[in-house]
Parts: sequence; C-alpha cells; structure tokens
Amino acid sequence: MGVRAWVQDWPVYRQFTGRDPLGRGATAVSPHTRELRPRTATADRVVKSVCPYCAVGCAQNVYVKDERVVQIEGDPDSPVSRGRLCPKGSATLQLTTGSARRYEVLYRRPHGTDWERLDLDTAMEMVVDRVLRTRRETWQDEQDGVRVNRTLGIASLGGATLDNEENYLIKKLFTGLGVIQVENQARVCHSATVAGLGTSFGRGGATTFLQDLQNADCIVIEGSNFAEAHPVGFQWVMEAKARGAKVIHVDPRFTRTSALADLHVPIRAGSDIAFLGGIIRHVLETEADFREYVLAYTNAATVVSEDFRDTEDLDGVFSGLDEDSGHYDETSWQYEGADVQAASGERDEQYERRTGGGATISAAGHSESHGSGGASVGTEPHRDPTLRHPRCVYQILKRHYARYTPEMVEEVCGVPRDTFLEVCRALVDNSGPDRTSEFVYAVGWTQHTVGAQYIRAASTLQLLLGNIGRPGGGIQALRGHASIQGSSDIPTLFNLLPGYLPMPHAHAHEDLDTFVEAVKADKGFWGNMRAYMVSLLKAYYGDAATAGNDFCFDHLPRLTGSHSTYETVLAQLDGTCKGYFLMGENPAVGSANAKMQRLGMANLDWLVVRDFSLIESATWWKDGPEIETGELRTEDIGTEVFFFPAAAHTEKSGSFTNTNRWLQWHHAAVEPAGDARSDLWFMYHLGRRIKERLAGSTAPEDRPVLDLAWDYPTQGPLAEPDAQSVLAEINGRTADGAPLSAYTQLEDDGSTSCGCWIYCGVYADGVNQAARRKPHTEQDWVAAEWAWAWPANRRILYNRASADPEGRPWSERKAFVWWDADAGRWTGHDVPDFVPDRAPSYRPPRDATGPDALSGVDPFIMQADGKGWLYAPAGLVDGPMPTHYEPQDSPIRNPLYGRQQRNPARQVISHELNRFHPGADRPGGTDPFPYVVTTYRLTEHFTAGGMTRWSPYLAELQPEMFCEVSPELAAERGLEHAGWATVVTARGAIEARVLVTARMSPLRAGGRTIHQIGLPYHWGPNGYTKGDAANELSAIALDPNVHIQEVKALTADIRPGRRPRGPALPALLAEYRLRAGITERTGTEVRG
Amino acid sequence: MSSLIGRNLLAGPEPDPAGDAGHGPGHPPRMGFFTDTSVCIGCKACEVACKEWNAIPEDGLELTGMSYDNTQGLGADTWRHVAFIEQSKPLGHAVTAADHSDIDVLALAAQGSGTPPAEAAVTPTTPAASAASAAPDAPPAPDAAAVPGPPAPDGRTELRWLMSSDVCKHCTHAACLDVCPTGALFRTEFGTVVVQEDVCNGCGYCVPACPYGVIDQRKDDGRVFKCTMCYDRLGAGQEPACAKACPTDSIQFGPLDELRERAAARVEQLHETGVADARLYGADPEDGVGGDGAFFLLLDDPEVYGLPPDPVVTTRDLPSMWRHAGVAAATLLGGLAAVFAANRMPGGGGR
Repeated sequence: MGVRAWVQDWPVYRQFTGRDPLGRGATAVSPHTRELRPRTATADRVVKSVCPYCAVGCAQNVYVKDERVVQIEGDPDSPVSRGRLCPKGSATLQLTTGSARRYEVLYRRPHGTDWERLDLDTAMEMVVDRVLRTRRETWQDEQDGVRVNRTLGIASLGGATLDNEENYLIKKLFTGLGVIQVENQARVCHSATVAGLGTSFGRGGATTFLQDLQNADCIVIEGSNFAEAHPVGFQWVMEAKARGAKVIHVDPRFTRTSALADLHVPIRAGSDIAFLGGIIRHVLETEADFREYVLAYTNAATVVSEDFRDTEDLDGVFSGLDEDSGHYDETSWQYEGADVQAASGERDEQYERRTGGGATISAAGHSESHGSGGASVGTEPHRDPTLRHPRCVYQILKRHYARYTPEMVEEVCGVPRDTFLEVCRALVDNSGPDRTSEFVYAVGWTQHTVGAQYIRAASTLQLLLGNIGRPGGGIQALRGHASIQGSSDIPTLFNLLPGYLPMPHAHAHEDLDTFVEAVKADKGFWGNMRAYMVSLLKAYYGDAATAGNDFCFDHLPRLTGSHSTYETVLAQLDGTCKGYFLMGENPAVGSANAKMQRLGMANLDWLVVRDFSLIESATWWKDGPEIETGELRTEDIGTEVFFFPAAAHTEKSGSFTNTNRWLQWHHAAVEPAGDARSDLWFMYHLGRRIKERLAGSTAPEDRPVLDLAWDYPTQGPLAEPDAQSVLAEINGRTADGAPLSAYTQLEDDGSTSCGCWIYCGVYADGVNQAARRKPHTEQDWVAAEWAWAWPANRRILYNRASADPEGRPWSERKAFVWWDADAGRWTGHDVPDFVPDRAPSYRPPRDATGPDALSGVDPFIMQADGKGWLYAPAGLVDGPMPTHYEPQDSPIRNPLYGRQQRNPARQVISHELNRFHPGADRPGGTDPFPYVVTTYRLTEHFTAGGMTRWSPYLAELQPEMFCEVSPELAAERGLEHAGWATVVTARGAIEARVLVTARMSPLRAGGRTIHQIGLPYHWGPNGYTKGDAANELSAIALDPNVHIQEVKALTADIRPGRRPRGPALPALLAEYRLRAGITERTGTEVRG
Repeated sequence: MSSLIGRNLLAGPEPDPAGDAGHGPGHPPRMGFFTDTSVCIGCKACEVACKEWNAIPEDGLELTGMSYDNTQGLGADTWRHVAFIEQSKPLGHAVTAADHSDIDVLALAAQGSGTPPAEAAVTPTTPAASAASAAPDAPPAPDAAAVPGPPAPDGRTELRWLMSSDVCKHCTHAACLDVCPTGALFRTEFGTVVVQEDVCNGCGYCVPACPYGVIDQRKDDGRVFKCTMCYDRLGAGQEPACAKACPTDSIQFGPLDELRERAAARVEQLHETGVADARLYGADPEDGVGGDGAFFLLLDDPEVYGLPPDPVVTTRDLPSMWRHAGVAAATLLGGLAAVFAANRMPGGGGR
C-alpha cells in the first residue's frame, strides 16, 4: 500500500474530503464490514428440504458450505408456506447441528447403572440376536385353534417423524417377522380422524388443502389451536380474513388463535358433540340445509332398518348393546334392504355376516382401515327422495338431535345461547351455492373416548350445509408431525396395511378371497380391493408371491383384537412383550399415563431407542420419576437399553406426507456424523442381517422373512439404501418393472406390484413426482405441479360435489370442477376426483359392481353407496350417529341422558396404575377432583419435547412447565401468579408454575360453575428446559374405534405449592384415591 | 456537500440519511421494517430466525409471568422481542364487513397464490398500496375501544390479546450513532444503523443515548450489539431473517417510502372495519427522531407495548449546544482579545 493510499484510507481524511462530514457513514465503514457476505450467498450449494416439525410441510432451503449445513430457511417457492417458517422451523439449524445431538451408540447392560459405549456394528448384531431370540421364544402359530402366525414378544412405536420410505420398511420388515404391535404417533394423535372422516366420506385424510382456506367465507376453528400449533398454515386464515371471511374459534381457552379470530367461544372441554349437535339441530329445524346437495350427494334419503333404535328411544344407547361387554352388535344399524361395508372403521365386524361364518376370535382395531376408501353396500338401498319416510336418515337425524336445543347446548357446553346462535347464523349465512364454510380441527377433537364421533359430527354438519368437495369448504384436519399422514397411509399401525387395507384378523380357513369378500365394498373403488391387496403382497414378497400360493396371504400375521400401543403397554407389564423399538417417539412423556409407559419398559428384556438426544424414554432407568420416588431402583431393572443416534432430515433423502396428503421429497444435504444413521439405514440393515442369519432355515415361521423382497440398492460411504428405490416400490410397477402411473392400472392376478395403492402415481414415468418444485408464482393457486398429492394428485377430495347433479358449478363464485359435455369429460381447476368420463346422467345397470356401479351423481367414490354419510350404518363400533357423552372423568352428570353418563362402548383399562375418578357419581361427600383439565401444545415447543426442549433458542421462549388458571380459580384455591401449583389426579401429581389469566374463564354447565385448567404437555425431566409431564396425570381411557386416549378433558385437583418429593408423592396419591373412594370398578361401568 | 452546510443533521426532517452520511447518489433506497401488529400471532419466529442467522446466544431461562413474554425486552442478546399484552377490551376485529360477495375468489385464485404475485413477496394481508389513498395525516380516530366493551351474556368482558414484535428503530436521527466516538456505529447505504463488531471498544456511550433503550452491552464481552437489519443479507439482495420467517407477514421489509404508504392504507382499512384503535408509531418524519426506519401499526397507546410515547433523539440539541458553546468561546476569546488589545494600546499601562 502506498503512502497516498494509506492516507486516503484514513477515516479522518475521508471524513474531511468526502461526503460524510460527520464521519458517521461511508467513512466509518471498517474493512471487516466491507467484506461481509451472507452465508446464504457464499454457500457451496442449496439443498431442497422440508421442515421436520408439524405437518404443514413448509419447504426449506438448506445451505451447505464445506460439507456442513450453515443455514436453513424457508423456500419462497412453496405454495403452502411461501418461504415462511415458525419458531420451530426457524430453529431447525440448531436442531440439526446443535450440541444436544448425540452421535455415538450407547448401551445400558441389565441392572447397569450407567451408559457404556458400543460400536455400531456390534450393537446391530446384538439387536439382531435379541430380535431372533425373542421371536423364537414368543412365537405363536395358533391362538385358540386359529392360525395367527405371529409374535407378541416384540413391539415398535414411532414413525410420524420419519419418512414414508422408512415407515414402509418398518411395516414391511416387522410384518415379515410376524410382529403385529407396530404403532406410531398417529394412534395417539389422529387415529380418530381416519375413522371419522373415512366412514363419512370414504377417505381418512383432510378433505382439502391449506391454501384453499383463502376461499372460505366462514372458518370455524374448533378443537385446534391453529395459530399456535400450525403458525405458517395460519397465514391462509389471515388471507381469508383479509377478504372478509368470518373467523370463529371455539375453545376452552382464549389462545393466540382466539386473539386473531372475530369471535371466541369458550366451551367446556369434552362437550363439542353437544355444540355441533346443536348446530345440526338448528340447520334441520330451520331447514337451512343445502337441500339439493343433501338429496343428491348424501344418504339423507336412505331408509334405515326397522330394527334400529336411537339413543332417544333407549335412554342414551343405540340398539344392539351388550350391556355386559359394552360391545354393540351393529346389524340393526344397517340400511333397509342392503348391507353396506364401511370405507373405514371396523370392517372385520361384518366378517361372519359377509362370509357366512368363520371363527372370529375377537374384533377390534379395524376402524381406521378404509381410511382411504368407502364402505360396502350389498344391494341398492331403499331411498325416499321426499325425505318424509319416518325411517329415512334425514328424519332419524332430526329426531336424534331434537333435544340439542340452544338451552341444552348452554347447559352442556357452558356456551351462552346468544353466542351459540351467532355461530349457527354465521355458518348458515355462509353456506349454500354461493358461499362455503370450512371447519378446522386437530387433536382437541380426536383425543376423547368419543373421538371418532367428534369428527363424525362435523362431517354430518358439513354435509348438511353442502360444504364438502367445494372450494373454501371441507374439513381441515390439522396433523402435527411431519409425516403423520404418511405414517397412517403407509401405516406403522397395528390394524392397517398400506393404503388402509385392513390387517387380517384371525379366522378359521380364511384365504385371500374370503378376506377380500368380507372387507371390500361392492360398489365404488373399494370394490377393487383384491387388486390393491395382491399388488401389495407382490411388493412385500416379490417372486415368492404367486397365484398358486394365494400370493403369500398366509404369510401375514393375524390380529386377535386390539394390539394398539396401549395394549402393548399392558403386554409389557404382564411380561408378554419383551422387546421394544422406539423410533422417534417418546412415550415416557407423550403417551397417556406416562408412569405405566415407564413401568412397562422397566419390565422389558430389551429396548432400542432411536433419537437425536437422550430423551426420557431412553433414560427412565437411571433418572426417571420412579427412581426419585423410590418405586424403582436402577440396580433392580433388568432391561437392556440400546441408544442409536438418528440422522436428521437434512442427512437423508425421503418423502414426508403433509397434513393435506402432499408427498414432498427432501434431499440429503450432508452425510450424518458419527454413528448417526437414518431409520431407512437401520431398518434395511437390520432386515439384511436377519435374513442372512436365517438363510437356509426351514422353520415355517422363517419363511415369510426369507420371502420378503429386500434388495434395495445402497450408496455412499455409509451404505445408505436408495430411498428413491423404496419410493418406486411403493408406487408400483408392472411385471417387467415399468413404473405404474395410476392405481386404476392395478391388477388382481399378480401382474402388478404396488407397496401402497393410494400412492400409485407418485413415481409415474419413473420420475419422482414428490420432488416437483415448480414455484407457486408460476402456476395457479391449486399449484398442482408442486409435489404430489394422493390420490392421483387431487387436492380437494370429492370435488365432483363442487358441481350440481347436472355437472354445472353450483355458482360462478364457487366453480371448481365441472362436466364438459362437448369433451365428454370432467374438467376444472383440480384433478377431478371422479371417473373422468362418467357423465352426470349416467346410471349404472343393476348388476354393476365396483367403480362401474358409481352413478354420475355419486361424488363419494370410495363409499359403498357413493354418498356422504350423515348416518353411518357400518364402520364405527359406538353408534351410527354422534351423541353427547361425558368424558371418562367429568365433574358433572350428563345433562342429556340421565341414565348414560359415558360412551357405553368406550375402552377403559382397569389397572392398579390406571384408576378413574368417580366424578359426580361419588356417593356422599364432595368430589376431590372438581376441576377440568385440558392439555395442549405451545408454538414454541413440539409434542413430547424431544425436538425442542433441547434447543436453547426455543427453550428460552417457554422455559418452564406452567398451568393456566382463571383469576376466579386462583382465588378459590389460593394460587399465586408465577408461583407454584400442584395438579393431582388418581394417577399422578405434577407441579407447574401458575399463570393466572383472564384468558381462562369459568363456565356454567351442569348447573354449576366449571373451572378449567390448561396444561401444555411438552415437558419432561430431561433436556435444556425441564419440567413435569402432563401425562403423569392422564389415564388410559380410549375411544373404542381407534384406541385413542382421552387427554383433552380430564378432571383434577389443584393446590398451591410444589409437589412432594420421594415416597411422599405416591403417598399423596394414595390419600387422594382413598378420599375419593376409588376402587377397581370406579368409572368402568357400561351402563349408567 | 454544500447542501449539508447550515443544516441540522442531528434532528428534524431528513429525507436522505444515507446520502447525508456520504453514500453516493447511486445508493439504494432507504430500507425499513413495517411491523403490523394487527396480524401478529405472537409465534416468535422472528426472535428465533434472528438468533439463528446472527448466532446470538440464548440469554436466560426465566418464566416471567408476563403473559407469554419470557424474553422481556430488547438487549444485546435479543434483537427481536415479542410483547404480549392481555387486556379487557373487545377483540380488535369484532366488527367486519361480513358481506364480500363482490370479491371474485376464483379471479383472485387465478392470479397465483392468495395474493397477486407482484405483492406476494411483500404482504398478503394488506391490499395494494395504491388501492387506498394514503392519508398519513388523517386525524386519529376516536379511541372508542379504550372503554371496555359491554359484558358478554355470561357477564364477562371481552378479551384482547395484543402481540407485537419490537426491534431497533433504525432512527433517522440515531443518537447511538451520534455519540459513538470510535466509528463503530455507522449509517449504512440502506439508511440503517449498524454496529461494527470489529471497531466497537465497549465504551458504552451509546447505551444511555438510545431513546428506546435498545442498544445494550453484552455481558462477558463488553461490546454493544443490536439489530443490524441483517446488513449482510441486504448487501446480497436478501431480506432480513425475521421478515422472511414471519408466518403472517406482520413484519414487512422494503423501501421505507413504500412501507409508509402501505401502512397508511392499512390503518385506513382497519378504521373502516371498525378498529378505531389502529395507529402508526414511528412513521412520522417530523417526530423527535425524524421518523423510524422500523415503525409499527399499534392497536393501543405505545406505552401499553412498552414503547416511549414521544421519543426524542438525545443529541437533538447538540448543534445548538455547540452553537452556544461556540458563542461562549467566541465571547471568551473576544474578551481575552480585548484585554490583550487594551494592554497594547499606546500608552496603555506604559509609563
């Protein structure tokens, strides 16, 4: 540098000679500042990815420099997220590269007091040993004389945070091994959705997509804290609002969603069916239903069997109840002159009737199957288009809901009648040919002992208002894990096979044909079930599956009742289940009755945990709550624990299915470090090693494993399986290997294979359609060329209903899909969800079956009668229509039925660790658990906390477990704002900081004041922010259709101060149980 | 340069702060933030996106009991802060024009995303700035909603939960910058105010100078830190991390002139729909700091959000102080000169 340059670079020189006389601008720029470049501009590459948190499916750009991820932010091209991310999505860099992640395999030997290191290869071999040993020891050829071909000794939990391809391998390998207890977060989050929407419309997914919210004239958010749990999706509510839509939030709490709504309606937790039933009554009584839509597209006119009796006739129960077992015989619920199978729900229930015999051991767990398809009707049912027949569905509904008056709604829900009528008016005024309203819900509706019926109630209402299949209408089920829709579609669920095919139950002499005959529908696309099933068996067993051996149908293990994650816990406690895989799920915090979860694990032989960090489910043996209370001693626990560090979404390729059925591909950006591996790697190599060990075995139970098609190519230094090859198998191919492009190409003769028939088309033409990323600014608002949606890339389901029976749009304003008579095809803004060339005037011949039997006015093509179901003649085990029952634990008597407090068919597990509250039934004395508790998520955290509590940037935003109470309750119980409170139930007691807020409001219901307590459920004893887990309080009380737990409406006591430590804690609980007079029978009665 | 002579560069209207800080005539337009709190959902994505981008340390796990605000305020380790205010007031948006049958949804839909593409990158929740005539000097609407609304049928008063993302205001007249003795703080070509970490010596003069209490020294480091409006990203044509993440576009980034127009239209729109409380804060170039580079649409008085109602640049009076000091010095010098002059007068004092 010359002297001249040196002088000129001197700020003072620049100040006096330049344009910056005060020396505060250009002259002050330092060399460092001059050289600043954003790392987003200097990255070596930008990799396209998808956010791993909730199921909105926000697109991410991952910036890589020197083989390290240096930044992750939103991808502005995405039509759903438009480049935005919530705080969790914005913290993805810390999640994937932060110091909380573990990169080494850890091992805890039986009775060991600390972790030891293991190398990955040894650990894999040890897991193989244990799987094979336990499988041998617990193998069942038969149960009660019927072939079951399985092991109950091994279980697996988790999948909703994983890729579709990983879920596919989990289900495939475990099914091959005869492991049936395969479950994931979908069980505890949205299983009720699949049964509720599936039986109503034919498919168990949300009927619409998030951007379509902008077209709504009224949005009712109920059972969801949309703005907090799905912030980026909420932008579409704001869009609708900016266009004048009315936004209503019905929720026990005033949340960040309520703050942005036009109207917040506080409601008593657990009373939504009464609220929705009240609106149904309002619509029917004022004849505000969309009559032409209702007549043409629903089963309103269908006449029901004369054997059917309503809850109004039988004092709170439907006909067919066995008052001892709590099981319904559903025969009397059927249509007159027809026998329909449901598109979803409990399809095995009809096995005997439909096959003319067969030995059913037990039936449960079929309610979600047909989550992608409709029900089955034997012959054409009798219809009365005048709707005057006293037994037509319309009249039955009218009678059923006659007592759901505004006064009854006020009494049950605590909602003032004027407020209730305002909601009714908003919905009615904003529904019809010119206008549409949309419902949005999440787990506030699903997690109840009547969860599936909550969804049915909304479905019924939306059908009556003519809002299904139309723009701005529908039911938006907000799902909360990156691929929880995918882990339902390609299910890691005990009762389903891919594409909502039911897992077979154990029946004598059952072959493929009798199985299909029993569970398929005669009309609609479930009529082709055999093609879907055979193609799946070909994908599973490859060349071994032939027509001669029934395509290896006998290889499939058989169910004998429910084997949900909650039954698995019981099986662990009684010693039946000895080995457990946790694949990205944290039941020690996230599942109901967390203590039972831990004690179940403490009774295992071995446990495999795959996660990012040492979550509570991995360390309970060392520092869990039972160690603190002295109920367990580390040295006494014999469970072997393996911890395998998992790869993050940035370190593997695969697809997530978002809440609106879009499959979105994320590409690996970097290799995982240390021992971290993808779950695809883990499952593939586990299967490979097992098959190598069993090679040459002649044992009959090893045949299914050896026959599994398991030849996926691997790549890279870690021998990572090629996820795209798994996707190609899921998509399906012809016998000569050509990719299929539509499920209509599937054959039932073994000439096609397909790993998930509803995903057929995602690899059409050999192109990964899920990886499509055409920017939303370059296409129309439906954005059909972004990713791929099942089925067949349709974005709004049942969109045939957006046109009138003649095929014309109901109105210009709401035109979406219509019949083009000149072209002889359906056309419009979306892929028509209909037979493309079926004219509106088409009427099938009487003997037609399957899709050929759909008429031109049957928009619900998966349903056995082509109609939306206002009344479900099959599919649900607790009634054909939703009716209000009190939650398992409730402070009041059911105002609707004096003789029926709770859902008579609910599933309650009476166990010393799982006691229920007497509630209003307590003879004499007061209820020691007088307050209602509801659990929920916060924006700043995620589920059981495994992906957020370890993140400093998120932890500091919500640093402690808290409870929210009203000023009135605080005064009643002496709770101090920001102080501590202890919340107590018969199952557990937790402490939490107190937020006293007017956002919680006491209600009047059942003739008394109801105080509600809000509890986020994210905390547990590990992590960067620690706290007690809300699930210490909850009980295992389940919806009988889908075995989902009731955690949205509990009762509890609350008292000031911190909870007792050590043995004083169980003592406190014992004292409460004694005081409440709780026995093993409390709250378990069917009737009463 | 000649235009600078005789002007007060430390207060009053200042149309071109970057130009007056020596950035040449081709410098980019002044960039800013418009934070529309009426659409904020309090998610705090801005806080996290800011920390991730700028690698700011986590600064304390404390449950404050201040609603959902556990961040408490801006500081060296918090450059975005979301305030939560629970009030007994009717919902801000309770009155809406329910009839929108004149809006052709499908025509809108055909334009692409929910918002015409040209506007999509800016804000989806506000109409085009040109759609409504801006009236920045319209008289403030009567503060009707300040009176708690009528009790609901259950006897309760309606609730309002205000959320607002606060940030450094990037003042037109930035006292922090004026008092910085090292040149660590500087006015960028975008008109923003940025601390240069390699220059700051931690003297801390800027801390009391800030009328908003934004700039702050980092413990164990001593240097000061605050929002840079992602100066590095701006230089590459990228928007700041917080604005990019914001799920509802409550935080909008763009040329300040455009933002001011858009904000005025938004206020008018809110007034039309009955949200009489809506007002702008920091948008007025005539205010005590010459207008903020980061300004806000608030639904209540600034104090409610913890913002000073009438901030004034603390160096406003520096020129006049210098002037007075100059006069005093001149007087003093004059006096001295007079004394000397008197001494030299012929015969004066001489004998």
